[in-house]
Amino acid sequence: MARIVGAITTSHVPAIGRAIARSLQQDPYWKPFFDGFIPVRKWLKQVKPDVAIVLYNDHGLNFFLDKMPTFAVGAAAQYHNADEGWGLPTLAPFTGDQDLSWQLIETLVDEEFDITTCQEMLVDHAFTLPIELLWPGQQRHVRTVPVCINTVQFPLPSAARCFKLGQAIGRAVEAWDADERVVVIGTGGLSHQLDGKRAGFINKEFDLMFMDKLPTDPLWATRYSILDLVELAGTQGVELLMWLAARGALLGEVSTLHSNYHIPISNTASGLMLMENA
Amino acid sequence: MNTARPKREIPGTVPFDGKQARKGYALNKMCYSFNSAANRAAFLNDEDAYTASYGLTPEQCEAVRARDVLRMIAAGGNAYYLAKLAGIFGLDMQDIGAQQTGMTKAEFQAKLVAAGE
Repeated sequence: MARIVGAITTSHVPAIGRAIARSLQQDPYWKPFFDGFIPVRKWLKQVKPDVAIVLYNDHGLNFFLDKMPTFAVGAAAQYHNADEGWGLPTLAPFTGDQDLSWQLIETLVDEEFDITTCQEMLVDHAFTLPIELLWPGQQRHVRTVPVCINTVQFPLPSAARCFKLGQAIGRAVEAWDADERVVVIGTGGLSHQLDGKRAGFINKEFDLMFMDKLPTDPLWATRYSILDLVELAGTQGVELLMWLAARGALLGEVSTLHSNYHIPISNTASGLMLMENA
Repeated sequence: MNTARPKREIPGTVPFDGKQARKGYALNKMCYSFNSAANRAAFLNDEDAYTASYGLTPEQCEAVRARDVLRMIAAGGNAYYLAKLAGIFGLDMQDIGAQQTGMTKAEFQAKLVAAGE
C-alpha cells in the first residue's frame, strides 16, 4: 500500500521565482530563505518520494471569478505552467499521476467533499516555485497531483474544513493499492498582506505560534474563523490553510525534522517546515 | 427572520467577498486578461479602448488611469488580479505596498524588515 512519508510546508511568493531566475540564492537578502531548504532537499534525497500531492492556491492563472471552485483536484497526465503577467520564466511541464488523482477524487467525493476535477489545469507560481525549491534546476523525477484551495473569493473554506480535507487525502493515500511513497506539500503564507492601507502587515508572534502548534496540536489553528485569520495573519496570510491541509494528511505520529522562519521575502514572512509521518 | 450580523471590520482591509466580487467583475476580468502578452500590448497601445472593451465602470476607469491601487480596491479590484496590471508597469509588490501606505519604497521596505526584529 502507498504511504505518506511526510509533509513539507513553504511560502511561495513570486519574488522567489525572480530570485531563482537571477541566481540570487546566495545574495544576503535571499540567503536566509534559500539556505533553509538544504536539509529538506537532503531528506528528499534519502526518502525519495515517488509522488508529491501539492496543496496550493491559484492566483488567477487557471481559475477566474467566472468559475471558482472551493476545492479542485488535478487529474491530468501533465500540468503546464504559463505566463502570469509579470515575466517569470515559464517552467517545463510537470508530470502527473492520474491513478493517484482518481484515488483522491473517488475518496474525497465518497467523504462528502464536493470537489471540482480538472483534466486540464495550468499551475501557477504557488505550485511551481515550491517544486523548484525542493528539486532545483527542474531536475525533478517526482510525479505530481495538484490540489487547489480557493483563497481568492470569500467565503473561503474554514481552517477546520481544510484540515479535514487533508485528513481525507491522507486516508485516500493510505488506501491506495500501490507501492508508492507520497510526500504532501502545502504552499503559501505565512503572514502577509498585499492590499489595502494595512499592506505590509506581518505578525511574527502569530506565525511562530502557528508553526509551534502545527505538528502536535494542529486543531489549535482551526479555532479561528477565516476573518480571524485575516486579522491575525493578513489577507494573504490566510494561505496558511494549505499548511493545515498538508498537516491533516499526516495520520501517524508527527515529528518536526526541520523548520525555518525568516522576515521578509518581498512583503512576506517566509516559513518552511518538514514534518515526518511515523 | 433577520439573520443580519454586524459586519466585521478589520482596519485597512477589504475582504474580497461577494459584494466586492460583484462590483469588481469587469475590472478583475480585464486584469485576468493580462496573463496574455498580446493583451498587455493591446492595453499599452490604447488604454481607453481596452478598458472600454471590458466595460469598466467610470470609477474603475478613473482608478486605473490614476494608477491608484486603493481606488481600484474600492472599485472591487482583487489583489491577485491587480498584480497583473501592476506587472505591466514593472511595479513589484513593494511599489504597490508603498503606494497604498503613503510611504516611499525604502520606508516600506524598512517597515517589513522591522517586522522581523
